Amino acid sequence: MAVDADPTARFADFAHPERLVSTQWVEENLGTPGLVVVESNEDVLLYETGHIPGAVKIDWHTELNDPVERDFLDGEAFAKLAGSKGISRDTTVVFYGDKNNWWAAYALWVFTLFGHEDVRLMDGGRAKWQEEGRALTTDPVTPVPVDYPVVERDDSTNRAWRDDVVAHFGKPLIDVRSTEEYTGERTEIPGYPAEGSLRGGHIPSAASVPWARAAAPDATFKPRAELEAIYLDEAGLAEGDDVIAYCRIGERSSHTWFVLKYLLGFENVRNYDGSWTEWGSAVRMPIATGPEPGEAPRR
Amino acid sequence: MTSDASLPQALADIREEFGELDLRDRLTLLLEFAGELPELPERYRDHPDLFERVVECQSPVYIFVEVDDDDVVHLYATAPMEAPTTRGFASILVQGLAGLTTQQVLDVPDDFPLTLGLTEAVSPLRIRGMSAMLGRTKRQVLSRIAA
Repeated sequence: MAVDADPTARFADFAHPERLVSTQWVEENLGTPGLVVVESNEDVLLYETGHIPGAVKIDWHTELNDPVERDFLDGEAFAKLAGSKGISRDTTVVFYGDKNNWWAAYALWVFTLFGHEDVRLMDGGRAKWQEEGRALTTDPVTPVPVDYPVVERDDSTNRAWRDDVVAHFGKPLIDVRSTEEYTGERTEIPGYPAEGSLRGGHIPSAASVPWARAAAPDATFKPRAELEAIYLDEAGLAEGDDVIAYCRIGERSSHTWFVLKYLLGFENVRNYDGSWTEWGSAVRMPIATGPEPGEAPRR
Repeated sequence: MTSDASLPQALADIREEFGELDLRDRLTLLLEFAGELPELPERYRDHPDLFERVVECQSPVYIFVEVDDDDVVHLYATAPMEAPTTRGFASILVQGLAGLTTQQVLDVPDDFPLTLGLTEAVSPLRIRGMSAMLGRTKRQVLSRIAA
């Protein structure tokens, strides 16, 4: 690893404590060679209102998605993007952002698809940094471009396609959307279609664990024991399980993917980014409605 | 550039302003608009009940339309500081619709948000939030006229 891990004691219980850094650690390490801090938000302009000094911005809509096909950028585009942000293959990249690090986790997950080794989240995200009165600046950041190798995206280890989900039936699925989305209750007003799908409900057998339950009120991750109570005791996951998480377009579930993989130590966790906007609109996909998970279809 | 007779001058000016900029500067201009979103007038500050949430926007934004005795539309909007894009969208509409009559507001082309040249800079999905805001504004105008 390019930069030493954060030794903060409260991370020690997690399966991979090296994947988290504290706001204090970030403040102390700003400017360390080999470290790039990346802000990723839901709001495309929030970074411009003030960001951590030296942090670069990556926008999920305009930079991580392919502009035409519903997919992520390819290896070549990723190399160009990372290089332009001053990120080389061995750089330690610390992500942070708004909304409990929702979009930061998404950006981190996309980096993982390209096998970028040292990616970490700043626990508590933008809100905690701000809450603690740490410095924010509107000074423009102009990273020195570096070379980043063209790496083929790995779409099998951490990402699931619709067919993978079908083949996965019988093994645990986690639906991280809100309860209303899970049950299939309509939330949008007729005539004003939201970013939606043609059918409501959830993938049969999926357990409902809204993503933000993993976060404490101060936007940091809950301690391991509390996370285990949610994901193991309540949702029924067991050690060694092969898990797929999904939401609406795969953003909220990348947060849960991070929790399961790095905080709880599940080795085989995939994020189904097609998620409900694909499943709920595709023809003949099995759907369960109401508060019960329902049975996995026999294959 | 589309040209349509029904586009009120203020909105046309805003569109022109965006059109003259490159993508990055368009974002900066949108941020300026965000900073210009007027505070709610005193009399509406304690009346969340009057406001309608624009659920299509990812951030909480609320709008309220008032039609005065001269048939002029007044649009009020509120959105959190942490949602500058949404504030920018609201601000464009508040400024662009200021002083228009009910009919002029109803005649604003529904695709106005798509013609600002922001689709690429902020993504089509986000622009949908602004389209929804315009749609809901018009719907409130219609219900005020009917009342």
